[in-house]
Amino acid sequence: MRKEIKITIFAVVSLIIVAVLLHLCSLVLRPKYMSQPLEGALIAEYYGEVDKGRQHQVLFVGDCEVYESFVPPLLWEEYGITSYIRGSAQQLIWQSYYLLEETFRYESPKVVVFNVLSMKYGEPQKEEYNRMTLDGMRNSPVKHQAILASMTKEENIASYYFPILRYHSRWKDLTAEDFKFMFKRDTVSHNGYLMQTGIRPMEKSFAEQEAEAINKIYDPDLPATAFEYLDKMKELCKQNGAELILIKTPTNSSTYWWYDEWDAQIAGYAEQNGLDYYNFIENEAIGIDWQTDTYDRGLHLNVYGAEKLTKHFGELLVSEYGLESQQSDVGVSSVWKTKTEQYYKQKEEMERGQ
Amino acid sequence: MSFTSIGFICFLAATVVLYYVFPKKHQWKLLLAASLAFYFIAGEWYLPYILFTIISSYIVARLMRKNSEREKLYIEQNRDSLDKDARKAYKAAEKKKRFRILILGLVLNFGILAVLKYTGFTVNNINSIIGIFSDNVSLPLPKLLLPMGISFYTFQTMGYLIDVYRERTQAETNPFRLALFVSFFPQLVQGPISRHGDLSEQLFCGHSAKWENIAPGMIRVAWGFFKKLVIADTVMIAIKSIMSSPERYSGAYVVFLILAYSAQIYADFTGGIDITIGIGEMLGIRIKENFDHPFASTSTKEYWRRWHITMGTWFQDYIFYPLSICKPMQKLSKWSRAKMGPALGKRIPVYLATIVTWFVTGLWHGASWNFIVWGLLNCLVILVSQELQPLYTKFHNRFPKLNDSYAYTLFCRTRTFLLMGLIRVLDCYRDVPLTFKSVGTVFYDFSSWREFFAGGVFDLGVGPREYIVVALAIVTVCIVSKFQRAEGISLRHKIAERPSLAFLCLSVLVVVIIIFGSYGIGFDASGFIYNQF
Amino acid sequence: MDKLIEILSDLHPDIDFESEDGLVDNGILDSLDIVTLITEINDKFDVSIPAEEIIPENFNSVQALFALIEKLDEE
Repeated sequence: MRKEIKITIFAVVSLIIVAVLLHLCSLVLRPKYMSQPLEGALIAEYYGEVDKGRQHQVLFVGDCEVYESFVPPLLWEEYGITSYIRGSAQQLIWQSYYLLEETFRYESPKVVVFNVLSMKYGEPQKEEYNRMTLDGMRNSPVKHQAILASMTKEENIASYYFPILRYHSRWKDLTAEDFKFMFKRDTVSHNGYLMQTGIRPMEKSFAEQEAEAINKIYDPDLPATAFEYLDKMKELCKQNGAELILIKTPTNSSTYWWYDEWDAQIAGYAEQNGLDYYNFIENEAIGIDWQTDTYDRGLHLNVYGAEKLTKHFGELLVSEYGLESQQSDVGVSSVWKTKTEQYYKQKEEMERGQ
Repeated sequence: MSFTSIGFICFLAATVVLYYVFPKKHQWKLLLAASLAFYFIAGEWYLPYILFTIISSYIVARLMRKNSEREKLYIEQNRDSLDKDARKAYKAAEKKKRFRILILGLVLNFGILAVLKYTGFTVNNINSIIGIFSDNVSLPLPKLLLPMGISFYTFQTMGYLIDVYRERTQAETNPFRLALFVSFFPQLVQGPISRHGDLSEQLFCGHSAKWENIAPGMIRVAWGFFKKLVIADTVMIAIKSIMSSPERYSGAYVVFLILAYSAQIYADFTGGIDITIGIGEMLGIRIKENFDHPFASTSTKEYWRRWHITMGTWFQDYIFYPLSICKPMQKLSKWSRAKMGPALGKRIPVYLATIVTWFVTGLWHGASWNFIVWGLLNCLVILVSQELQPLYTKFHNRFPKLNDSYAYTLFCRTRTFLLMGLIRVLDCYRDVPLTFKSVGTVFYDFSSWREFFAGGVFDLGVGPREYIVVALAIVTVCIVSKFQRAEGISLRHKIAERPSLAFLCLSVLVVVIIIFGSYGIGFDASGFIYNQF
Repeated sequence: MDKLIEILSDLHPDIDFESEDGLVDNGILDSLDIVTLITEINDKFDVSIPAEEIIPENFNSVQALFALIEKLDEE
């Protein structure tokens, strides 16, 4: 009997030691996204806000087009609107849906903004991008659902719960960054906005791009799966008393073209379901100049373009959705004052660095 | 379901726990259920094939057993009325009946194996012969399912049938017990090919959970994972790079390929067998060893006694011996001795049987010419060294102290290792002319060495740090092997005597395997670079 | 018995067959030797050793081998 007790004790002790050791290794081995690509850090950053109990009037969900196109500090500065962007690299609609579901557990935004570009995907796309969206989420039943909806064929669910199974082979690529940010990471975004100050103009005109784009092979119908999730998203917002707005941010590139057929389907869906849909692509009132307002030849807006779009959108939020300024709230003001200062500081630093 | 998958580890853990929870009498039923489930998960359409083998073999073995029971009864009852000759004649007649039943069983099962595994090969060969005469006529290539491990379980089961015929083992009366013997999951994927007499008793007598079994079993399983994941699967990356562009990688790279493939196949195959035997041990079931430090062999013949032992003995017992001493062969022997003299004549049957055995061995490994050539080259080496035996003896009589010197042993081992490695390259390229061409470059493409050492070796998908880890792992394997050989003990049983040490060992292995193993989706930083959407 | 030792000594002149009892287990006789041996025995003793009798226990010593021959002769 004594031997059995001894063995049990040893077994338990070594299990604990191995678990702790592997956990520490896991912390070291996970990618930190503290230098390029910074996108992977976005999703996890949101919990910093949650833990401080901060609430937001507007919540953005979607792919890169949201986190490169809207500037929360500016929305605050100009209109006193508090907002957060839960965007991530190639965020697919089911991921947006589950992120939204998770966010509603923490706060009750009045307006939810969804960028419709990801409607073109009806299937999981790329494992790495899944990772950049899902790894950052805190463990919860919602995350589990999000993983199941997102996994590509070669993936294994266990590796989401034990990231070391996914990232173990990084042992040979470790850098000082991996140890420095083992427990705590820096903030890379401004409430989800990832700043880009570079300028790489798009020389070709909108018409030229369109001509190129429609010559490519594409499916004129958006996938049914995407609409299923859009329905779910609509219901979710309704239940939580939030207004869902569909948008398409301005772009000017044949590489990722927003086709007229798609636009018509979204517009039709919005009308049927009593939603608002804004296509900002050819909206001259915003004043996007493709010579100065993009950092990658028309694919995404840089900070100058994003500021223009944010101002335009802020107007809409106030006039159409009646969002009220929170600037009279001293507590909220002081938080956002710091955020705004950080925003301008980084902008200045990045401009100087170029 | 591959051994090195998370699914399998969970499956194994559940099976072991349930196994010891079950009453001893019923443990084997759990193993049968687990084995069939394992096979079903591996491929939904595999089960009918193995079930056919089980059922047909059950019937064939039962018929043989019934026949021999009847024979015994008859002789018993007619003890007084039969004289010696009559008894002999009766026995011979009955044996002939049993032989016919056996042949039926063998033809049915080997027939399935042959059709599934070799139809494509045969059709391809016929097509290339037709191709000589006509350009546009060819037979269609059928698409056939090849169930996992079919070569292994067919051979094991046919060994059982032959053993029943030879009355070396008792025919199973319960079809479910035979089903477990055929489908026992740890050895379904890659053997060993167990004999019914060795395994059956182990499978069916109950076992209670004992530290003395479970601990060494777990250590052995972990050790197998270590060899497979840390060494074999990492080295495989470099091997694949070389294999996939033979034009680009010649000379030095081929030498590297020979060495790397030797390490890979050893780690992969012995690692897999470690997992199999370790699982058996955890369940209290002793499975026959399949390797006995093969790379310490000083000759090819010895190597083949120590590498893939159960396959070697299978071919020896069921093909080589019966073939070489069968009546026509003995007649041939007599004839050739009379015609060609005793020295040559006595070799004929042995050599003929050896060549056939190696041809079949090659064919068994895979349905393509490279395996056949591989088998025949092994045969050639064995026969040539057999012929040179008198020369060796003379040589050793001249230098009697040589056999005791370590340097000479080392020389012989290296020679055998390199020779076997060289022949083995055939199953790397899987193309006979290409293999000869690539190996040929070793002898004239000397410029490749400079490129190889100037960093070419690191362009094969394995970086310098990984090579260091692999090298350390190989050194560890060598030390363990050397220690076990020198001391003649089993290290894992020694370790298991002290639970603290056993857990330390397991913990270290687990951490090392998880971090340094090659598994899952490799981390490719470029995949994360967010260039577009 | 002497005839048997003669055949064996032909194969391996350097072994003392009368005292050795691990001919197979100790790796003195390999499969090629065994087949040659059986061919010789079949010839000289006028028996026929079947494949199922080729097991280590029957070939480990001269005594065992001789017993096998006698048994086969008997049947």
